[in-house]
Amino acid sequence: MAAIVRYNLLTKPQIVAALPASLHVQRFQSTQAPPPGTPPPQTKTKFGPLADEDRIFTNLYGRHDWRLKGAMKRGDWYKTKEIVLKGADWIVNEIKTSGLRGRGGAGFPSGMKWSFMNKPGDGRPKYLVVNADEGEPGTCKDREIMRHDPHKLVEGCLIAGRAMGAQAAYIYIRGEFYNEASNMQLAIAEAYQAGLIGKNACGTGYDFDVFMHRGAGAYICGEETALIESLEGKQGKPRLKPPFPADVGVFGCPTTVTNVETVAVAPSICRRGGVWFASFGRTRNSGTKLFNISGHVNRPCTVEEEMSIPLKELIERHCGGVTGGWDNLLGVIPGGSSTPIIPKNVCDDVIMDFDGLIAAQTSLGTAAIIVMDKSTDVIKAIARLISFYKHESCGQCTPCREGIGWMNKIMTRFVKGDAQPAEIDMLWEISKQIEGHTICALGDGAAWPVQGLIRHFRPEIEKRMQLHAKRASN
Amino acid sequence: MLLLSRSIRAIHLAAVFRSGAQMDATKMRKTLKFEFSKDNQRRVKALLAWYPKAEWKGALLPLLDIAQRQQGWLSISAVQAVAETIKIDPMEAFEAAQFYTMFFMKPRGKYVVSVCTSTPCKLRGGDEIFEACKKALNLEHGQTTPDMQFTLKEDYCMGACVNAPVLAVNDDMYEDLDEKSLASILADLRNDKLPPAGPRNGRCASEPKGGLTTLKSEPPPPGYMMQKLPDPKTKKCQ
Repeated sequence: MAAIVRYNLLTKPQIVAALPASLHVQRFQSTQAPPPGTPPPQTKTKFGPLADEDRIFTNLYGRHDWRLKGAMKRGDWYKTKEIVLKGADWIVNEIKTSGLRGRGGAGFPSGMKWSFMNKPGDGRPKYLVVNADEGEPGTCKDREIMRHDPHKLVEGCLIAGRAMGAQAAYIYIRGEFYNEASNMQLAIAEAYQAGLIGKNACGTGYDFDVFMHRGAGAYICGEETALIESLEGKQGKPRLKPPFPADVGVFGCPTTVTNVETVAVAPSICRRGGVWFASFGRTRNSGTKLFNISGHVNRPCTVEEEMSIPLKELIERHCGGVTGGWDNLLGVIPGGSSTPIIPKNVCDDVIMDFDGLIAAQTSLGTAAIIVMDKSTDVIKAIARLISFYKHESCGQCTPCREGIGWMNKIMTRFVKGDAQPAEIDMLWEISKQIEGHTICALGDGAAWPVQGLIRHFRPEIEKRMQLHAKRASN
Repeated sequence: MLLLSRSIRAIHLAAVFRSGAQMDATKMRKTLKFEFSKDNQRRVKALLAWYPKAEWKGALLPLLDIAQRQQGWLSISAVQAVAETIKIDPMEAFEAAQFYTMFFMKPRGKYVVSVCTSTPCKLRGGDEIFEACKKALNLEHGQTTPDMQFTLKEDYCMGACVNAPVLAVNDDMYEDLDEKSLASILADLRNDKLPPAGPRNGRCASEPKGGLTTLKSEPPPPGYMMQKLPDPKTKKCQ
């Protein structure tokens, strides 16, 4: 599940810190130089395509050797010792300068999240937990990292772990990824053998362990507190926040849960510099990103591209266009199943980054683009997603447990058209009652696709109802 | 005659063991004994070292998985054995085991065929693949063949959406399927042969079919575009 974090769950200092960096920049510009860790201002106006030399995941398609020897040839584990020796503050500062935002869906600034862990310790060990429980329909980027570039993740664990003073990292991988978990495990074993992790990792005098933990098939375990519960051997049911995981996390110790991609890009950022990473994409949306393009395109694929690339260019350049041409496009779900759908007229010039998609009333999520052409039954496509959420709801909170089941029943009738037009407003009302009234964001994730459908495809739903009524009366 | 009645009895017993669904918990605990095999005991020991000693219960899911791999499914006796290993209440272990969809609390077929019918797969023909599987195996969702070879599942997302439609057999994923490749996979499975996993349309992993659009050149060497990292010690000296 994508790590969707609600901003209303954050404490006030966290919200102030997470506010648009531009606010800080403006405040400081008039009086003094920006504080360390501020990304440099972006001067480019056109984004993408990315040059091959600027790609981080150079073995995305598994055409090269993924084992330690091959990984080192591609530049992994190069001068890791020097980076680790630079210390926590330097690494956090470099990540802050890069403007990296969490790649799991919520887009929380990573440098800041990692710095929350650097409070004075109270004797409890600290843990880094890597969220590899990738189960959102449409998303399959972490799988490519784990099976073809596992050493990037292992090295990332060491560097991110050093940045937060953690003593061990747990990689929570979804149970269905058996072969991916096996590649990861081999990579970890190789790193241990080469002395890159474990006692005196890389010869830095810093002890750091990396462990794998396989899940067992529950989408909800991708939510950070549910993941912690599951890692503790319980049912994966999200916890109430606060206390936040940075205070009480896995095994009752301070914990940070981050996405695979966020951790895996950290070594490259430290090597090439935060300024390099910040030179891609618009301000506050910087960096490169793995995009998964699935559905009705000629050549579906996973590709690393620059942030802020226009959606149309992304699809035409890498996927050979929409089946039947761009004019045959019906709509796009731009960030995994939990983000609202956008119709063709929005797709024409939407920009693929956090702010660009929020402006289009949707969200970047995990950048998993599901393309639908005009042959699609869009109501059925969304109904399928709702039945997925109904299946995956953990059942703790009433609005989610009962509400999604209710939405599913209504949507099933909508597919046939067996409903009254007034029920569309009722469905909207139900989705609004679920959104924001549950412990975790799964309820929100189920409500948004429905809202997107009603927002953009209301005439389609009404037309089907009329057709059904006509058929029934004959 | 005696021999014949014995063999009939053996068949009958085998049927009882297989259909754990017909047993209640007490009967299952009494009739089905579970103990980790030697190899698995070694695995369990290695796994437990990954968790802090006071938090062994964190190893619950991996241990249940090992038990399931040994037994083929997860009986109450197996859950109890796992609970005893990590010293938690058996009911706690049972509750957790029931929460996760990858644990089969009833006997299952040797090959669990899960077909993804979530939206990205549906758009590229996941429904047709599922229908074809239903027809070929003569099963509905969640059913098992009487010879305990196949269990069919309609699943929600395998996490290989750019390679849709996807089908998983136990731990392996078969991607970019069409009716023809599906038929050959099922034929192999009928002959008790697990075909190699991966895409079935000739491409490599998740690259675009018919020619790369990125990563055409050799990856840059180590240290490419590396920023200067002055040694902290020498910096202090200056």
